Amino acid sequence: MLAYYFRLGVRSLLRNPILTMLMVLTIGIGVASSMTTYAVFRAVSANPLPEKSLQLFAPQIDIWGPQSRAQGADMPDALTYTDAMALLRDKKARRQTAIYPVNLTLVPQDERSEPFAINGYAAYADFFSMFKAPFLYGGAWNMAQDDTHAAVVVISSQLNQQLFQGSDSVGSTIRLDDHDYEIVGVVDGWNPKPRFYDVNNSDGFNDAPDIFLPFTRGIDLQINTNGNTNCYGSAGRNPGFDGFIHSDCAWVSYWAELPDAKAEAAYRDYLTNYAADQNRAGRFHWKPYITLRNLVEWLDYEKVVPPETRISLWLSLGFLLVCLINTIGLMLAKFMRRAGEIGVRRALGASRKEIWTQFLFEAAMVGVGGGVVGVVFTGLGALSVGLVFEPDIARLARVNTGLIGLTLVCALVSTLAAAFYPIWRASRVQPAWQLKSN
Amino acid sequence: MQIQPILAALRRHKAGTLLIALQIALTLAIVCNALFIIHQRLSHLSEPSGVDEANLFVIENFWGVQYSTQEASSEIKADLAALRQLPAVEDAAPSNSYPLRGGGWDNFISLTPEQIKPTTDASVYISDESLIHTLGVKLIAGRDFTPDEVRDMGTRENIHPPVVIVSKAMADKLFPDGNALGKPLYSMSAEPTVIIGIVERLQREEVNTWSAPFVNQSLIWPMRQAIPIGLYYIVRAKPGQLAAAMQEAPKALYGRNRMRIIDSHDGLLSFAQVRQRAYNRDRGMAVLLGIICVVLLAITGAGIVGLTSFWVGQRRKQIGVRRALGATHRDILHYFLTENLLISLGGIAVGVLLTFGLNLWLVTRFELRVMPLAYVLSGVVILLLLGQGAVFAPALRASRVSPVEATRPV
Repeated sequence: MLAYYFRLGVRSLLRNPILTMLMVLTIGIGVASSMTTYAVFRAVSANPLPEKSLQLFAPQIDIWGPQSRAQGADMPDALTYTDAMALLRDKKARRQTAIYPVNLTLVPQDERSEPFAINGYAAYADFFSMFKAPFLYGGAWNMAQDDTHAAVVVISSQLNQQLFQGSDSVGSTIRLDDHDYEIVGVVDGWNPKPRFYDVNNSDGFNDAPDIFLPFTRGIDLQINTNGNTNCYGSAGRNPGFDGFIHSDCAWVSYWAELPDAKAEAAYRDYLTNYAADQNRAGRFHWKPYITLRNLVEWLDYEKVVPPETRISLWLSLGFLLVCLINTIGLMLAKFMRRAGEIGVRRALGASRKEIWTQFLFEAAMVGVGGGVVGVVFTGLGALSVGLVFEPDIARLARVNTGLIGLTLVCALVSTLAAAFYPIWRASRVQPAWQLKSN
Repeated sequence: MQIQPILAALRRHKAGTLLIALQIALTLAIVCNALFIIHQRLSHLSEPSGVDEANLFVIENFWGVQYSTQEASSEIKADLAALRQLPAVEDAAPSNSYPLRGGGWDNFISLTPEQIKPTTDASVYISDESLIHTLGVKLIAGRDFTPDEVRDMGTRENIHPPVVIVSKAMADKLFPDGNALGKPLYSMSAEPTVIIGIVERLQREEVNTWSAPFVNQSLIWPMRQAIPIGLYYIVRAKPGQLAAAMQEAPKALYGRNRMRIIDSHDGLLSFAQVRQRAYNRDRGMAVLLGIICVVLLAITGAGIVGLTSFWVGQRRKQIGVRRALGATHRDILHYFLTENLLISLGGIAVGVLLTFGLNLWLVTRFELRVMPLAYVLSGVVILLLLGQGAVFAPALRASRVSPVEATRPV
């Protein structure tokens, strides 16, 4: 029977090729636009570390007072060096790290090669275990090396490829900005997207960082931050690097790992008390105010998903809705035109259920056709998202089997949903009436 | 034309009528809002930066050696001399940044040192006495820096130069009476810096939403960024010689001292590229929305053609009867055109409400502005024309139905 419905469907669709094409194209374009924008949206709104995202927290402390938060401005999304060091000393979280981005010059050992710029982060030993960085060779430096301001470095597998042709480089030395560092580990292509620990400085979708070095070493060598520095007030600061790090300028990112709700509550209290202590010490002159956001809340707070991605997703869904309404109209026209045929089939004994099956089959064929067109257009869309989004974000939209499957399913499901009303109408055709009017 | 019979006929095609009307309503809502966003983005896109964009390019120069402040300063001077000697180069200036770079240095600005809430925010450029000529911005009041006013700024030095040149937007914001020249301003310091010059227009480093309230507000301080990382060179080519200058400049710099890094991808940018990067999102949104509008209108048009064709096919007999009873071709044509007009008007009535609803949602959710009525009106006109245009072909076919059809069984 199904083969018969299949033949009926093909014949019916071929009878009005233009109408059929129109339906298939409408579904295909509608689904493709939604899928393309969804692919981008899914990529930028992804959770980069799902298994730990509710245990990693970024604190903020009100260092400039309530006036600085007037006019909708918020607290700085980083800490001052002073506060970050105080929190690190107290070690109230299971793991914690201060982080700042650096940009250095790498001078190759090979005299003939030109020096080149690399970027990375200064961080503490906990950084790697907190953020589950996978290692290809070696591992992180240890806390003792943090304390001794060791000249060690963890490099990316990409840099390892470039400098050491991918061989185990642990124990080798590289020269950054006129200083030697011993390689202790090579991270294995690690680049969480978005790069949650740096979204306060960047859009979070850049190429993987090349190196990581101990924060304490970076400060010793007076390596400047390559990220944002936020200052406030007219007090000014003392000159030089020392004056800078002891100023009220915020530039140090800080993350704490708190395993459960109890630890989180305790850490909140700890931060509030810390701010209150600063009041007592005469540094702050306002009611203590702190925030503690987990990774997911932090990405939301930092607006990592560009508004453009959201607007385009919503618009594409609106677009798909119009396409579906259009399809309903066309199918209604197509099915009702065959009221006579339906009347004959019903009169010859076909049940409503059989009419349903027949037309669902026909709609499914349109859906599959729309899906195929949709996959083609989604492919074109993914190639051309560069027109709409910045390169960093556009390249996240990749067509993979998951997306192709989703496109097909989406096309089929939405076509069947659109076909529901026209089929219902078709199944209600009164055979007697049809036969009589002829 | 009698409207009553049309309405009576439509009542027998409730579903189709409702579907077309709904489609028109949604299309109107989406197209109007999309046009509004496109217009906003495009007008943002074409904002002038104030600089001589056609002839400018920038070089991002990282040092390959950890220079001291003095060393970096003399390297910079030698680099600039080398750049200025090039036949295709008009002038060159050192800088910490350039307009439309997409971020950089900005400072709160106050009118008194003890003021807690700042008056405004300025994008900060630091350079020497060659910047104004290099950028090609127009000095409309006061004077340029003199060479002896320019100081070297080393790593994290906290210098507050005694003199400053500000953009007109900045001067107007601080001193609305127009007497900014010679007045002091305070930039996160208790030391004043006195306005000695005003330039007509100098766009900020970033043009994002955050920066929107401070558009075109910027200042220039007489300082040379002599830090170990590096700096930007802004170069102005002689008219029409941009390509040649962009080719010569990096060679001249490497030729003079090869211990530097000029990135092959981002290190050398013409101002056209700078502008393109700065407004990438705006242009992208406009393109995307434009495509959506066109395709949406096409699909709605096609839908109307399809459904009207179906109706015409369904009513051949009735049309034949009407023709036999004396209706002209024109009457039949008008019948379908009017029918579409009625459906469109119904859809538009709902659509206008949807349009404002969608706009309101975008306003609250994405900080968009409230849409002027003109967009709705133009959207209405577009959809009416689209409907009439789409219905024309099927209606013409209907008008050609011969009266003989009345006598044939369907």
